[in-house]
Amino acid sequence: MSDPRTPAVELGKLHVSWADAPGIRGFFTTVDHKRIAARYIVTVVLLLFLAGMLALDMRLQLARPDMERMTPQLYNESFSLHGSTMLFLVSVPVMEAMGIWLVPLMLGQRALAFPRLAAFSYWLYLGGVLMLWVPHAFGITPDLGWFEYPPLSGPAYSPGHRADIWAQMITFTEVAALAASVNIAATVLKMRPPGMTLPRIPLFVWAMFLASLMTIFALPAVMMVTSMLIADRLVSTQFFAAAAGGDPVLFQHLFWWFGHPEVYIIFLPAAGFVSMIVETFSRRTLFGHAAVVLSMLAIAALAFGLWVHHMFAVGLPRLGNDFYTAASMAVALPAGVQIFCWIATLATGRPRFDTPLLWVLAFIVTFVIGGLSGIMTASAPLDQQLTDTYFVVAHFHYVLVGGAMFPLFGAFSYWYPKATGRMLSERWGKISFWMVFGGFNLGFFPMHILGLQGMPRRIYTYGEGMGWGPLNLVASIGSAIAVAGGVLFVANAAWSYFRGRAAGPNPWGGSTLEWAAPSPPPQHNFDAMPVVDSLTPLWTQKRELAVMTGLAVDRREVLVTSVVEAAPEYRQKSPPPSTAPLLAAVAVTILFVGSIFTPWALVWGAVPVAIGLTLWFWPQRERSTTGPLRVRNR
Amino acid sequence: MSDAVPTRVVGDLSDLPESASGASHLVWWGNIGFMAIEGTAFALAAGAYLYLMSQTAGWPPDGVRPPDLLWPAVLTLGLFVSEIPNLWVRRCAKAKDERGVRIGTLAMTVLGLLLLIPRGIEFGHLNVAWYDNAYGSLTWMLLVLHTSHLITDIGDTAVQSVWLYTHEVGDDQFADVEDNANYWTFVVLTWIPVGALVYLAPRFG
Repeated sequence: MSDPRTPAVELGKLHVSWADAPGIRGFFTTVDHKRIAARYIVTVVLLLFLAGMLALDMRLQLARPDMERMTPQLYNESFSLHGSTMLFLVSVPVMEAMGIWLVPLMLGQRALAFPRLAAFSYWLYLGGVLMLWVPHAFGITPDLGWFEYPPLSGPAYSPGHRADIWAQMITFTEVAALAASVNIAATVLKMRPPGMTLPRIPLFVWAMFLASLMTIFALPAVMMVTSMLIADRLVSTQFFAAAAGGDPVLFQHLFWWFGHPEVYIIFLPAAGFVSMIVETFSRRTLFGHAAVVLSMLAIAALAFGLWVHHMFAVGLPRLGNDFYTAASMAVALPAGVQIFCWIATLATGRPRFDTPLLWVLAFIVTFVIGGLSGIMTASAPLDQQLTDTYFVVAHFHYVLVGGAMFPLFGAFSYWYPKATGRMLSERWGKISFWMVFGGFNLGFFPMHILGLQGMPRRIYTYGEGMGWGPLNLVASIGSAIAVAGGVLFVANAAWSYFRGRAAGPNPWGGSTLEWAAPSPPPQHNFDAMPVVDSLTPLWTQKRELAVMTGLAVDRREVLVTSVVEAAPEYRQKSPPPSTAPLLAAVAVTILFVGSIFTPWALVWGAVPVAIGLTLWFWPQRERSTTGPLRVRNR
Repeated sequence: MSDAVPTRVVGDLSDLPESASGASHLVWWGNIGFMAIEGTAFALAAGAYLYLMSQTAGWPPDGVRPPDLLWPAVLTLGLFVSEIPNLWVRRCAKAKDERGVRIGTLAMTVLGLLLLIPRGIEFGHLNVAWYDNAYGSLTWMLLVLHTSHLITDIGDTAVQSVWLYTHEVGDDQFADVEDNANYWTFVVLTWIPVGALVYLAPRFG
């Protein structure tokens, strides 16, 4: 409903101020957080399909003993590409994308803090995607798994550029994720709507904020370590060369300093989805809001204290192993508190079992199983037996698919109507849900048993005498069903985009501000700045939502508020569309790609980067009329 | 079409200022975010250095002299002295003194470029090449990492100075100058632990 005090002329101006240029120009210059997030998500869906096909190919190979349809080299490339794609190009980016899309909407804002940085983030992420997949199209594929330990990945054992491609793909995606994280963190701190004090921040926004902080403190480690690897390979530094005083274990420490928090960087946003979905579909405020926030904080802090549990088999001091066992098990406490709060909300609410909630229930079941196998592998003595077996493969698929992908599919189902204005088909949504959930468990549960029976991970085939055939066949059938369910899920989204029932602004009766905008939201999201009086503003302000007017309509402007109280401080100009983020990303791409061939790329490649950034940040103001360089002949 | 729910106007934001400075300003927090990223990188690089140092019997390895001290001493002194004009520029930015920020950023650019001279000579006095051993690799890594920050900030200051001299300076630009001055302080402060590792750890470690 239009605010009576915002005349149509003013609204028209607002639309014009925030509109992208039409056509291809708008495509390359847009800084609209929704468009940027959408292209992130479309890219991710494409990659999910490719990674799923790789998984199917591998499962086909393992379905029976003594299969020869894949060579060992092809198998190595397949799991390396699958793992690297899923961890670096799907899981983290898709969570960033959801944050880029949702955070401004949940905060009642028209844009992110740094719109151009968000555009830059996507273009650079796309550079990472191309860095991995274009060489693959030419037959140059990383083949050492998703963590490429030296010395195997070092200059002596991995000539050529397979390892460099992997390492530099990481640099691309991590710079992209860091840019997105700074953007989201600043937005959450300084752009909350009036009245949204810290205790009134929606849980998804909390989750994205904490995940962004974790990204800021974790991702530099993997950028550094892969750069050190490239340096060892390119300019003969000796970081990981034991013969020259280096240490390959240093690689593992730095990699897992990033790698373990990464799991929670993926999991926290997923937990945020779960909290929002549980609240809406239980039709009551979340039980234990403060406890859930504190649990997420505890998880974020503890996540930095357990990286060594990925290295129990390395032969580190036993006291160290004991510490990391204890720290790893400690994570179960805050994770458990969250789960109890969700269950309590469902138990005391009036749950409606639509597709988004089904995904959440599937998450709870699957994640608990993954958590329990996690407690088992957290125990150093048991881990010595289980490491590098299919038990670990089962464990991390349970926590990553169950813990992150299921909530993500729930989130897609939940916010799809807001993004597109159309409802997904519930019927096909439920069919695809049962196929993915059933197929996944059929596919991955047997792997626990295979692991306990001693089947190592990363083998391209096995002998019939091992007795692993039947369970592997079951696993392959389950995986195929899950992949088919995934395809159906996407097909449902594609079909509903054109044929789905009109959604209206708030089809689920949600409580947070994104449901106050039209579906799909216009480019400026909200006509006026919402004012928040509770955690669930749309439930407590049922009749009318309080808003503040006065932001400019003839130019792009956003409200900046104070960090703790969210009191209005000033009106900030929001930058218009620009080609600068794309040009800067292309310049950075040239530098990154060049630097796997010659160290001098860091020097000459810096010139276009500097030009790109200067164009980006060059403020558009009048020429000076004072000082020695003033305009003299105006 | 407009907001999808009925609304009630409870206040007006048009009286708010159009800019702010310091921690009130949005960009200040973006700057802090990037300092946190880079600070983490420095801390991890220092951690890597200390880790390998603890794993190695001789540090520096036998036959390698520790890096010479004269040029880093000149640079360190220069960095500390540079904080005087830097903090002055920052104060000019807060006071919205147009002439002050123009002169100040120009002076900081020149000073920064001068400081690259001792930094360049430092590389020739490390007494180890990056490819000799892991100690050499780490020494070079720390120094390259810090130098890249020096160069970035000098470049930023130079661009800022050109812009300030040629354009009307507004509140947002004063805030940018303040952020840039803060960043220089960050680069100076990070040198204390990094420099200590490169030059003192091989002597006293």
